[in-house]
Amino acid sequence: MVLFGIRIPPVFSLLIWIALWEIVGQLDLAFILPPFSSVMVALVALVQRADFQAAAYITFQSFMIGMTISIVFGIAIGFVMGSSKLANGVLGMWVNIFASAPLSSLVPILMLLFGLGQTTIVVTVVLFSTWIIALDTYAGVRHISPSLVDMGRSFGATRFQLYTKVLFWAALPEILAGVRMGLIRAVKGIVIGQLLVSIVALGRLFRTFSDNFQFEQFWALTITLFVFALLFSSAIGWLEHKVEYYAKTRD
Amino acid sequence: MSASVATEKPNQTTTDDIVEVRNITKFYSPDVHALSSVNLTFPRGQMTTLLGPSGCGKTTLLKIIAGLLEPTEGEVFINGTQVHGTGPERAFVFQDFALLPWATVLRNVAFGMELQKLNKRERNERALHYINEVVLSGFENKYPHELSGGMRQRVGLARALVVNSDVLLMDEPFSAVDEQNRRKFQEDLLLLLANENKTVIFVTHSIEEAVYVSDQIVILSPRPGRVHSIIRPDFSRKADPEDIRRDKNYLDTVEEIWADLRKYLD
Repeated sequence: MVLFGIRIPPVFSLLIWIALWEIVGQLDLAFILPPFSSVMVALVALVQRADFQAAAYITFQSFMIGMTISIVFGIAIGFVMGSSKLANGVLGMWVNIFASAPLSSLVPILMLLFGLGQTTIVVTVVLFSTWIIALDTYAGVRHISPSLVDMGRSFGATRFQLYTKVLFWAALPEILAGVRMGLIRAVKGIVIGQLLVSIVALGRLFRTFSDNFQFEQFWALTITLFVFALLFSSAIGWLEHKVEYYAKTRD
Repeated sequence: MSASVATEKPNQTTTDDIVEVRNITKFYSPDVHALSSVNLTFPRGQMTTLLGPSGCGKTTLLKIIAGLLEPTEGEVFINGTQVHGTGPERAFVFQDFALLPWATVLRNVAFGMELQKLNKRERNERALHYINEVVLSGFENKYPHELSGGMRQRVGLARALVVNSDVLLMDEPFSAVDEQNRRKFQEDLLLLLANENKTVIFVTHSIEEAVYVSDQIVILSPRPGRVHSIIRPDFSRKADPEDIRRDKNYLDTVEEIWADLRKYLD
């Protein structure tokens, strides 16, 4: 951002927003918005609470399990779609529907199917993130230069070698972009899912805080989730940056 | 150079033609007829160029010989044995280099051996030898995007040489390289191949390039691709590159082919 000809680092704009929040909070205009400073105090207290730690642990664990399943299945589906016209015809429509459908509406049904526990959270994550990973992987596979495949074949690559030593790496930039998108969607899914299934993990905390008008804690929890999502997405972004040069060398 | 991966094909050739194609016909679809009954022989240790205007099926023919494409009809023989698909006795140099962008020069050059599961020390040793041969020493740990077009194709050439194939298939290897580098590359290629005893099949659309590098030039006519004529340029390759490019026979051959091909231009 450039203001009055002076370059302002991005962190600065964040600080301005925080300052604004603090002022509005101190003015006591709306009870749902306590001052930022008291939210921070609540956050420090929150992260030390055993029920938060347990909830965060369960959520994190479900998230990781769900993401692992999504990545494996998403990449597999993307490769199958990219390698076979028939598979693309059969799967493509469904993957596209799921990738663009408002999946939140399905969460109550998942609740009925899988109960009110961790399984539902995992399934929600998978449902939210697999399809975009599959679509991006498919795009990556379609992007692979045919001569790279010819190269592998002419130097005697087996089918397995062709996939693990050439095709996977060639599609990696798109795969990572898909994983990052999937991750962001999974965070959304987990928040929506847990709010709807507010009997487990962080969802219960959210519900407790908002039901009891504990808005310091409520915001502290929200910020924790934001930071978590941001950190994950930055980590993938960093990986993407590492493979950025691919795209330049591909025609 | 180590000969540990010498191909185990029995040498059954009666003549000294290492590659032979018989009656090759290729349809991409019922109305796209790429090649029509092509019969050719490629003498061992010589450089044969497939030359012709676009649409004459020269790259198609090369890929059929490589085993990357299946002919609709006809057979390919290597050392007198019919082959299907790719094989270790043929190595391919690609028009667009086809390097792995995530791998260093060293790993790219050694990639054929990596696929053959040779141990890392041996493949790096052999790769380094050929990196040196194509004058890329010092660039072993660079990535393709850090190299110029000419250097990338040297990597592609080293990768094809290092697997010790008898036949080198080159698909317009210099077309993505600028003119100055191209000439230099042609000269270097001839020097390099002089010590390698390879049979080279070379696809180009440049008449000068074809005449400069080849022992035998196969001219293909377009739509569908057919063998139009076969020319063996007659001038001494021992001479200095500058002298060859000014040699009367060289220039006459170029003109003769040009006169022949211009009738196919639209």
